Amino acid sequence: MTEVYLNGKYVGDVENPQEFVDHVVTERRKNVLTNNLNVLYNEERGEIFVEAGRGRLRRPLIIVKDGKPLLTEKHVMQLEKKELTWGDLVKQGIIEYLDALEEESAYVAFTEDELTPEHTHMDISPLVQMGVCSSLVPFGDHNQSTRLNAGSKNQKQALGLYIANYLIRMDMDVNLLQSPQVPLVRTIMHDIAEYDRHPSGQNLIVAVMSYKGYNMEDATVLNKGSIERGLGRSTYYRPSVAEELRYSGGLIDTVGVPDKEVKGYKTEKDYRFLEEDGIIYPGAAVAEGDVIIGKSSPPRFLSSMDEYNLASNLRRESSVTLKHGEKGVIDFVLITENEEGNKLVQVRIRDPRIPEVGDKFTSRHGQKGVVGIIVNHTDMPFSASGIVPDLIFSPHGIPSRMTIAHLLELVSGKMGALGGRHIDGTTFDAEKEEDIRKELLSLGFRENGTEAMYNGMTGEKFNARIYIGNMYYMKLKHMVANKLHSRARGPIQLLTRQPTEGRAKEGGLRLGEMEKDTFVAHGASLLLKERFDSDRTIVPVCETCGIIAVKDEFKNRHFCPICGDDTEITNIELAYAFKLILDEFKSLCIYPKLELKSKY
Amino acid sequence: MTNEIFKEYSKQLPGKIIDEVKASVPKNITKAKLKAIFKEIVEEYDSMNVAPGECVGLVSAESIGEPGTQMTLNTFHFAGVSEMNVTMGLPRIIEILDCSKSPSTPMMEIHLKSPLNKGTGIKEFAEKIKETKLKECLKEISVNIGNSTLEISLDKNKLKILRVTSAKIVKALNTSLKGYGVRETNDLIIIKPRGKEDTVFNLFKTKEKIKGMYVSGVKGITQVLPVKKGDEYIIVTAGSNLKVILELEGIDPVNTTSNDIREVATVLGIEAVRELILAEVSKVIDVQGLNVDIRHIMLVADTMTISGNVKGITRYGVVSEKSSVLARASFETPLKHIMTAAISGERDTLNSVVENVMLNQMIPIGSGLPKLTYGK
Repeated sequence: MTEVYLNGKYVGDVENPQEFVDHVVTERRKNVLTNNLNVLYNEERGEIFVEAGRGRLRRPLIIVKDGKPLLTEKHVMQLEKKELTWGDLVKQGIIEYLDALEEESAYVAFTEDELTPEHTHMDISPLVQMGVCSSLVPFGDHNQSTRLNAGSKNQKQALGLYIANYLIRMDMDVNLLQSPQVPLVRTIMHDIAEYDRHPSGQNLIVAVMSYKGYNMEDATVLNKGSIERGLGRSTYYRPSVAEELRYSGGLIDTVGVPDKEVKGYKTEKDYRFLEEDGIIYPGAAVAEGDVIIGKSSPPRFLSSMDEYNLASNLRRESSVTLKHGEKGVIDFVLITENEEGNKLVQVRIRDPRIPEVGDKFTSRHGQKGVVGIIVNHTDMPFSASGIVPDLIFSPHGIPSRMTIAHLLELVSGKMGALGGRHIDGTTFDAEKEEDIRKELLSLGFRENGTEAMYNGMTGEKFNARIYIGNMYYMKLKHMVANKLHSRARGPIQLLTRQPTEGRAKEGGLRLGEMEKDTFVAHGASLLLKERFDSDRTIVPVCETCGIIAVKDEFKNRHFCPICGDDTEITNIELAYAFKLILDEFKSLCIYPKLELKSKY
Repeated sequence: MTNEIFKEYSKQLPGKIIDEVKASVPKNITKAKLKAIFKEIVEEYDSMNVAPGECVGLVSAESIGEPGTQMTLNTFHFAGVSEMNVTMGLPRIIEILDCSKSPSTPMMEIHLKSPLNKGTGIKEFAEKIKETKLKECLKEISVNIGNSTLEISLDKNKLKILRVTSAKIVKALNTSLKGYGVRETNDLIIIKPRGKEDTVFNLFKTKEKIKGMYVSGVKGITQVLPVKKGDEYIIVTAGSNLKVILELEGIDPVNTTSNDIREVATVLGIEAVRELILAEVSKVIDVQGLNVDIRHIMLVADTMTISGNVKGITRYGVVSEKSSVLARASFETPLKHIMTAAISGERDTLNSVVENVMLNQMIPIGSGLPKLTYGK
């Protein structure tokens, strides 16, 4: 007796388990039972699992009978003529979906050549084992799997045309590539996903060589001439939002140029771009600190008595300003209402981004790198026919990473460019390397893709032949303009008086515990003290009770809150954070008594 | 004649080095030659000196810590011996330095005296050491529900190897089982509850209990493996019991080691622990192919053993010895340290590094150590 479980629940027993399972499968293929059903007979445990619930990952496979796939040439022809659809194939029991459970009992062939009578299923194409993104990597079967992962991950960060109606959208952090191109070396997934309608890279001429050390450690060298012709140009859009919020007591924010009496009024210069409605006009070139939307808010913590108090009746300045390091041109202004019917203003800033040193570029094989130098067109190496590379890639990136597909794409791209056609680089089903080599040879080029090249600065011929060809390169969304940060002096935190953290707040760069240890290990005591001086304060301390004393600024004298005037008070130097911890101790009823003595 | 020179240099060099030189130079050495030798030694000795204020502890920490980052995490390694699983890599280093109560893989290397170290009779000896439980010398153990008894049939071959008689097992069973009568028939040992009949459930419980009964060998030694190391045979064991093993006949107590720090501390004393820490840490580092100067490990071993008891590098061990409240609080569990300090009214004299960093004062290390004063 074998127990049968439907969706994990026991429903009964069967006498002939194998017969039962076979019957379920045939009925499913005949479309009598739903094709959403999967079944597994676990002989060891004497159990049959039937699953028809939701949330199972399933994959389609071609059914194989006696070593022959049920899908025939005839079917394919009919599919091409659109006489047959995918749904028909499933209904006819030619293709079926298996879940992880039923896969246990299936014997799946990778390709048609390896079919034996024992096989039960065959993959539709070896490509189906990969997802959309990894299928976009050409010659993926020539790459290490980790590189394939990295390659598809990088493509997700590439700039392109992410959506066609971007002009009327207010998305955060939008990057658009100015002149995207269709890849020369394609895979079938480019057709399926209609990649040509939203491409995200450009076909560059890539030379694999070193250039004065400016492309070591994964850096790349860019041709300045190419950049001037539009290579890697992109636009960055960022919207700013301001709302007229309502507060209790009928008070409301107002969008408009703030009055000069408003608390926190900036200088008139900061408001210079605002029109009468308090909103900036499209086309204004703004930089850090400029006000985009003028706004003022009602006073905070208003009690009933304060209404008669003039000083506390002042409104607060709450304009939207450009943050530290931001710049751009006002692209679009939108005035509307939010769900509560309050005024909502959105302003989009546009910033053109021309490739610069530090921007990140990648091929489709996880070979990402940062621009190390931008070289004048005249100083770039050139070939006998006058071809100058757009980008120079370092050969040291190849051996350890073993991205053979990168090299294959380079020759194939060259062939595609010279032959004026697209090359099919679909994983497991690409054009043959020998054919591409032969075709290249027939056009009068060296079949291995190398060419004699000349030093751009001296005109001397390089001893080695340089591997040069076309590759699809992408600009990634990580651009230095969004990351560059340095600080000498700047804002501090209110509580600890230590520097703020993070680029957006113009923060300091932390010298952490381990960095501190290196100073200690060197015995550089004074240097260490100087580094941690950022929150240094002078504190008066009562010598009698050891508690921090008070300085009366009006009378210019010190007194101790415990011992009064009649005590010795000395100024000492402390980290403010330490003063803070002393105060916290006091709030916990711990008495931190400071005993002073001369340092020397 | 040469004595003058020895005397002269005894001011510059420690006595141990002088004695070493005395022992290794020929008796009739010329004055000039001896002087030249000492000159070299002094030069070498001075170059090895650490300047006052040099932060040796931190340098040690960094010198062990930096290669530690390159260590493959959680490597379970076969330390050159087949089928003996030993914790190595970072987990082992953490185990040693934390000085945990029970190491995850206690091990012994038992060196032997002749003739055992030539390999004769080593297998039998090893088998004798191994802790054997009753379940290992059983053919079968069953519950006879009808008679409400337990029936044990023993594995005669196994008993022969262990040189244990069934009578001995019966005796052991008698002492460990209260309220049961044990009787031996020709092939079976029958255990019957005294007085009224026992429930089946209780019988099963007893059955499982006596399976784990100790029969022979050294307690704690769960696995033995005779191996050839160099040109002598030794026994590597999983599990450790130094106290009993060292008293066994036929072993070489001088070279026999265990890797259980706590056990070595109780059996052999603190100096042995220092050596053990040194050896074990260097072993892990060597296996990983890293290069750490032995003196850094020595410093760690010294700090762990200096009090006469082993102390781990934890908040309960070495760190709790720190005199400064603030330094202890900045390591782990600050609340606990500050509370106890507040209750007992502790005083922090700000003598070491962390406190002074917290207060933004000069640290008394390196250039911060010397103090200047001026006359009136």
